Amino acid sequence: MKIEVLGTGCATCKTLYENVKKAVEESGKVADVVKVEEIPKIMAYGVMSTPALVVDGHVKFSGKVASVAEIMGIL
Amino acid sequence: MLKSFADYIAFSTLGLVPGSRFGEALDFFIYDTLKIFLLLTTIIYVVAIIRTSFPPEKTKCMLSHKREYVGNVLAALLGIVTPFCSCSAVPLFIGFVESGVPLGVTFSFLISSPMVNEVALIMLWGLFGWKIALIYIGTGLVVAIVAGIVIGKLKMEKYVQDYVWEMQVGTAEIVQLSFREKLRYAGTYTRDLLKKIWPYVVVGVGLGAFIHGYVPEDFLVRWAGPGNPFAVPIAVALGVPLYSNAAGVIPIVHALMEKGMAIGTVLAFMMAVTALSLPEAIILKNVLKNRLLAVFFGIVATAIICVGYLFNAIL
Repeated sequence: MKIEVLGTGCATCKTLYENVKKAVEESGKVADVVKVEEIPKIMAYGVMSTPALVVDGHVKFSGKVASVAEIMGIL
Repeated sequence: MLKSFADYIAFSTLGLVPGSRFGEALDFFIYDTLKIFLLLTTIIYVVAIIRTSFPPEKTKCMLSHKREYVGNVLAALLGIVTPFCSCSAVPLFIGFVESGVPLGVTFSFLISSPMVNEVALIMLWGLFGWKIALIYIGTGLVVAIVAGIVIGKLKMEKYVQDYVWEMQVGTAEIVQLSFREKLRYAGTYTRDLLKKIWPYVVVGVGLGAFIHGYVPEDFLVRWAGPGNPFAVPIAVALGVPLYSNAAGVIPIVHALMEKGMAIGTVLAFMMAVTALSLPEAIILKNVLKNRLLAVFFGIVATAIICVGYLFNAIL
């Protein structure tokens, strides 16, 4: 599974990244978590409000920080 | 009811003397803090629920290929309900212009969105009353619409950074939230926002209470009253570096108004605090060349100064 956290580097994006890492750890799934900061890559997903969560190429949500429990529900 | 509660705490429980400076300042502080937090919690929650129905992706579709005038008005109105954070300004800007939203219409949105925001409105409503809050919304929208139309007329597309036009923008599936998810989103959003702004509110109200109790009446009439023609531009210039502290700035401004600051100057200052900021300018520099950035700041600042003079003259 490939998980991408899209964000240009603001505080909320970092929080989401940390929450995703925790969620992956707790769920015990094998996943590659990467932080995407380049504007062209973010735009390619059509995301206009950051941070956003992309799992295997699908945008799951954008413009909010989800809790660890919420992210585990998505994975 | 809140007033009697504040009186009870300050004068009965703590035994301060009504009419004494410290007693009055503390009474004022308790009353304003309670009122503002009640208003903030309720209204931020309600606005957050409404916002879940207007993700930026949907706003973009509604604005793409709209003509000027109609597009500018619609963009300014959507700016109120579409969630916006200056850290998303770059993807938002690119998403808009790439999908065919005219440049001037995009600017109407970018100006209205941070300026006509719920925190500023609640603080104005709570401290100055609903009339001033409505005047603020109305003139804020006019500033956003007019500035957007002027930028559109100037045909400044070539002053957008070149890479913006070559960007490939995908289409995101808009994730539909159920009503329960919307409520949960609104709850988290309200909690996070309150967590972020409460210290500013407390410090702002505290300073306001101090000014209320200790600064003599008419202190500012000479400097910031309607008679000083330089008060409005100076207030606008002071507002720029105070970005994102609307919650803390408004209580101070409210107390200053009691001491003689003119209402037009107050409105202009508030608008400058929310609409113009250095961090936003730095972020927008990623997508705008210097000339367009300067034009954007210049036009918005001029429009805000006009608002200030207008209300100083008529109110």
